[in-house]
Amino acid sequence: MIVETARKFTSLAIPNQDQFLYGACPHPLNCGLGLTLGAGQVFPEVNFTLPPMSITRETWAEVKAHYEEMAAQILRRAVSLAVPGIVLEFELLPAMTDEPEWGAEITAILKRHLSAAHEKHKLLCALRVTPTDIRDQQKPPLLRTGEPWQRLRRSFELCAEAGADILSIESVGSKEVHDQALMFGDFPGIVFALGVLAPRDMTWLWSEIVSICAAHPGVIAGGDSACGFANTAMQLAHQRMLPEVLAAVVRAMSCVRSLAAFEQGALGPSKDCAYEGPVMKAITGMPISMEGKSAACAHFSPLGNIAAAMCDLWSNESVQNVRLLSGNAPEVFTEILAYDCRLMNAATAAGGALALRDWMTASDEWLSPQAAVLSPAATLRIASAIVAEETPYRQTVAAGRVAVDILKEGVVAGKLRLSRKEQQWLERIEASLDELPAEESALIAVLEEQYGGLYDKASYGL
Amino acid sequence: MAQNIDLYDAILNGNAKMAHAATEAALAAGADPMGLIQESMVPAMDEVGRLFECEEYFVPELLLAGRAMKSAMELLKPLLSAAGQRMAVRIVIGTVKGDLHDIGKNIVASMLEGSGFEVIDLGTDVSPENFVAAVEERKPQVVCLSALLTVTMPAMKLTIDALKTAGLRTQVKVLVGGAPVNSQYAKEIGADGYSENASGAVGLVKNLVAEA
Repeated sequence: MIVETARKFTSLAIPNQDQFLYGACPHPLNCGLGLTLGAGQVFPEVNFTLPPMSITRETWAEVKAHYEEMAAQILRRAVSLAVPGIVLEFELLPAMTDEPEWGAEITAILKRHLSAAHEKHKLLCALRVTPTDIRDQQKPPLLRTGEPWQRLRRSFELCAEAGADILSIESVGSKEVHDQALMFGDFPGIVFALGVLAPRDMTWLWSEIVSICAAHPGVIAGGDSACGFANTAMQLAHQRMLPEVLAAVVRAMSCVRSLAAFEQGALGPSKDCAYEGPVMKAITGMPISMEGKSAACAHFSPLGNIAAAMCDLWSNESVQNVRLLSGNAPEVFTEILAYDCRLMNAATAAGGALALRDWMTASDEWLSPQAAVLSPAATLRIASAIVAEETPYRQTVAAGRVAVDILKEGVVAGKLRLSRKEQQWLERIEASLDELPAEESALIAVLEEQYGGLYDKASYGL
Repeated sequence: MAQNIDLYDAILNGNAKMAHAATEAALAAGADPMGLIQESMVPAMDEVGRLFECEEYFVPELLLAGRAMKSAMELLKPLLSAAGQRMAVRIVIGTVKGDLHDIGKNIVASMLEGSGFEVIDLGTDVSPENFVAAVEERKPQVVCLSALLTVTMPAMKLTIDALKTAGLRTQVKVLVGGAPVNSQYAKEIGADGYSENASGAVGLVKNLVAEA
């Protein structure tokens, strides 16, 4: 079954760079307990996880105690700092999606804390819940059938019933092909995964998630993340395992598969680790969550400031519940995020949002290829290229071409410094883009022998 | 036996077809299989490793070289078996129970294979019992455990404990790796080694095997 796209974005919701600001978007989103995203302010989105420990029936009471503690401490610190609003994100761990009732139990705990804070302190707040995409438990993964999908679907349903305000996922459809192609630097394989397979899974999966949300009034279909694709590439590039330019082009091309969630009815905010979020925002006009310097607790990125330039929620990605001098890490990072947001919101109130956005952009833009493709100008160019094309495959190729152009222009202008090896890879990527067939059917045929055994065709409607 | 330049270059350039063809031609000319490995293939992979260490090569070049080596080995393995010879070191690798992340583990596995080790990849979400079974059946010298999540780190200790309980721990070296793991944790759980990256893991295996 091939799921039809529910809506198609053919123009930009934010065509003007000067209107492309943090904290504001054409389609603000009401969610949770009185919170409105994208209506002028940036709010912290705090994400937290367990310290090293097993999740079993024997440890379950201890697991719940951790979440009770984290929620209480985060909200206490948020109230102390008078945040104008806050989102908590609960990213289920695999065991909590495997046992859908467990994820729902934690969801209920967190919602109870948020409701109490809202009632007692009038804190505007919402709970985002993100089940783990567990559909890749077998090789090749069965994405639309089988026990893992049934448990994932049940997890969404139970978490919605238990109090989630926003549902999200970091889906992994086509990662079985993308990982292999990425490791071998096989550019046609990467395009095949990102532009042919991934959009098909995203389209199907998000039609399911949107329908689950529709059955639970008040629950919003948030958005996805290309974490398993573009962030994997970014981290491998950081470790000098992959070229930075390849990771940057992968980022641009990953926008198309993430856009499919919005095409199916997601309303935002997209996931914090979706660094492709600004492209979503430019196209859809819906709010996004981003993470940067204050997510250094979770991972490196060369995007610490520029990631905030167009965000609506500002996140720490993930932090373990471990003790620091001033308190446990989740409440510490709540404070860091609160001050980040306070500065951004103060700049907005003083009419300085555009200036601050440009400073955040300028501080990172040409220090890495990843940042170079995420400036407001670059983002709008990539977004424009995507909406100008008809099919996900063509959109993906177009996004890749624009990313290559942006990087090449940066080098020619003397702004972006690339090693000889990186420049060779950029030329190689450009040549690969030129050699791609015009239609996806030709690419599918060419790559059948190489990748056909890695994926289940029915999972992609093929 | 002199170095076979065609085979050496094919591996260095990651050209599997050329490596296969060069090996075929060499064998047809009467070359000794073990000599091809020792004089041409291993030196080529050593050079690939050096280029990676000095950041001339990225992982794709490394893995393509490994793939070229593998394509040559496909021709040599039956000949080695017939002569009663085998790959020197066998490694079992997997992502521990509860963890589905595998790209880091896959890179390590590919690089180990490319370095001439025999690698048995158990996949992801591998239970301690399955690691034990693999060690019993395949008799590896090294077991590599991978985890990305903090909540699956304890499964590394459970796996090592299971190997102890089964009386197999002294027969294998256990290496651990993954984003949340460090050398202190490796010591705490009784692992023999830790590496923060894939190339380091290859070096670690080489050192541990040399010491054994």
